[in-house]
Amino acid sequence: AMDTDLSSQDRKDLDKFIKFFALKTVQVIVQARLGEKICTRSSSSPTGSDWFNLAIKDIPEVTHEAKKALAGQLPAVGRSMCVEISLKTSEGDSMELEIWCLEMNEKCDKEIKVSYTVYNRLSLLLKSLLAITRVTPAYRLSRKQGHEYVILYRIYFGEVQLSGLGEGFQTVRVGTVGTPVGTITLSCAYRINLAFMSTRQFERTPPIMGIIIDHFVDRPYPSSSPMHPFNYRAGEDNGAVYPSVEDSQEVCTTSFSTSPPSQCVFTVTKAHFQTPPPVVTDTLKVPVMGLAFSHQLSSSRLSYQPAALGVGSADMGYPVLFAGGLNAAHPHQMIGPGKEGGVPPVPSQPAHGTQADQERMCTPLDGVHYSAATPSSSEDTETVSNSSEGKCGSPHDLLETIFIRKVGAFVNKPINQVTMANLDIPFAMFAPKNVELEDNDPMVNPPESPETESPLQGSLHSEGSSGSSTGNTHDDFVMIDFKPAFSKDDILPMDLGTFYREFQNPPQLSSLSIDIGAQSMAEDLDSLPEKLAVHEKNVKEFDAFVETLQ
Amino acid sequence: SCPLSSRCCAPSSAAPAMNCRAEVLEVSVEGRQVEEAMLAVLHTVLLHRSTGKFHYKKEGTYSIGTVGTQDVDCDFIDFAYIRVSSEELDRALRKAVGEFKDALRGSGSDGMGQISLEFYQKKKSRWPFPDECIPWELWTIKVNVVNLANEQERQICREKVGEKLCEKIINIVEVMNRHEYLPKMPTQSEVDNVFDTSLKDVQPYLYKISYQITDSLGTSVTTTMRRLIKDTLAL
Repeated sequence: AMDTDLSSQDRKDLDKFIKFFALKTVQVIVQARLGEKICTRSSSSPTGSDWFNLAIKDIPEVTHEAKKALAGQLPAVGRSMCVEISLKTSEGDSMELEIWCLEMNEKCDKEIKVSYTVYNRLSLLLKSLLAITRVTPAYRLSRKQGHEYVILYRIYFGEVQLSGLGEGFQTVRVGTVGTPVGTITLSCAYRINLAFMSTRQFERTPPIMGIIIDHFVDRPYPSSSPMHPFNYRAGEDNGAVYPSVEDSQEVCTTSFSTSPPSQCVFTVTKAHFQTPPPVVTDTLKVPVMGLAFSHQLSSSRLSYQPAALGVGSADMGYPVLFAGGLNAAHPHQMIGPGKEGGVPPVPSQPAHGTQADQERMCTPLDGVHYSAATPSSSEDTETVSNSSEGKCGSPHDLLETIFIRKVGAFVNKPINQVTMANLDIPFAMFAPKNVELEDNDPMVNPPESPETESPLQGSLHSEGSSGSSTGNTHDDFVMIDFKPAFSKDDILPMDLGTFYREFQNPPQLSSLSIDIGAQSMAEDLDSLPEKLAVHEKNVKEFDAFVETLQ
Repeated sequence: SCPLSSRCCAPSSAAPAMNCRAEVLEVSVEGRQVEEAMLAVLHTVLLHRSTGKFHYKKEGTYSIGTVGTQDVDCDFIDFAYIRVSSEELDRALRKAVGEFKDALRGSGSDGMGQISLEFYQKKKSRWPFPDECIPWELWTIKVNVVNLANEQERQICREKVGEKLCEKIINIVEVMNRHEYLPKMPTQSEVDNVFDTSLKDVQPYLYKISYQITDSLGTSVTTTMRRLIKDTLAL
């Protein structure tokens, strides 16, 4: 017989805890495989945005992927959330390294207090996850990624699939937390033969430079084997409908009480303000190139990015700034410089044949607005995420990219570009003009921003306070601030970091674009005899000229 | 005050109290690896045994601050670990580990010793008796310092010790996952009996670090802890 049923409030809270625990789990795992050291700051006063009292950043694409995989469901018996970590070499071979599983079993602990004990134990479990992600073999591999291989992730929900790990894989348990509805378990199954292969094997071979993008040559679109969408659902759950955990704009406030009998006073208030921005006080250096995901998806959306594995990304620790979130009022708004913080305009779509001339750019400002570049016409346009910086998230996502194109002279660019002369940046006249983007694509335009309300927010501060707000009322984004040394500290997009990134990936020269090349090749051949004849006629002149040189 | 412990009180008995759970880890390392290996273990334990700062409000409710974390790469070991982002805490641990390392290197030591991290609660006694320290968890790391002959051995040692430490981290996490006894969350008046509230950004449980060196005769040298306490009480 059912003794103490969970109160509906407790149930709601528990579902919310589990949901955010799942999201944070994914963040920890993925961030631990980006290849860089992570550092977040402790803060003695609750900022109202840190779940489980831990400073774990939310990379928007990763949250988006996780939510997509979960599709409003929660881990339950038989429905596990899995994060698969794999390695992909520059030759295209890939191998699964680890599967991290967040599972639920039927063993219930009815006595446990949800909003107190469960919450704290989930926090402890996340700490364990932080520790364990550094000690499996894939960690060291991921720290050395860049030249010969990259580390990829995939999130799926449903049944755990371990067959790709090879024989004799090992399992490490991160921990368990009992709840009234089941026991949450977190574990990792990892391939072991890799441990003996060790990173030494990769270190001995010299970096493969040849395969990496040649900036000035356009590569043809590979028609043979388009890379599969990296992130795809396990497949089984697509049709089913499950009660979804409401995506919360709620502020979940928890205050802990030490007075008996109830150890916890718990209130949930609906926030009437727009989701406040989480405070980000540290720098998360995310070398996105190090965590390259599938480079192309359907041909209508993204083009093949030949710079698969780390172009000038030889410098691995390439920090990339993510600007997440949407201006709720104006998704995809192109905001010209000088307004609202000078968000860079989104470039026009490149004409066919131009590649590698767009670059991820993120403005280190408040009031950042996501603009996702989508093709304005169907298949020809190539919206390129420069994968020398890699991409996070599924190829469907252009979320993270804010494109700006600064092109130099002699660059093959569409005619309809106009200048951005009013920007105080070098070469401003070569910058593209704003173009309307399609914004009706839900894949490109994620419906919501990462939620990071902490359960502690607001409870003991004045109501409605959104923790440390920077005063912006319209953003709900996670901003990770990247300030290269000596960069301009203002709103203009052309700072040192941007310049450096663009410099790394200059657009190709028009004279070398392949379609022109391909066309003219035949013409060149045809015209050769003619040219030879002309030269022969002028032989005497040439000889005289040569005389003068001697 | 005592540099090695967060709070000074009467030294707890050498053997852990009956309800105190005790874990022992053993490592064999090269001399130059001692510090990093100890720090890795101690920081991993303290990561799990530290919370954000408590802020008490009316009616006995409190909110908790945020704990940040950061990755640390070892120089002499092929190993990396994650620790709490708190410079104060890191300094305290480095100081203790540094002394341990020096003692290990000192004369009279054959390279064997152990360093202990003890979590305790304070129980107020009536004046004039000092407060009682009741340990509830004790971590002991036994260290054996090895001397290596050549560079190749050193390279192998780098990797081997790295692998060993990975195992230790997994062991520590296993223990933490047992969700065994933890002190009850204290009221505002009791918080200093459970937590070390002296740091500005995080709040570990009250802890003390001590060590013992086995001298070449095989007998234990008195812990530095006692000496320091004596010095402090003499002030």
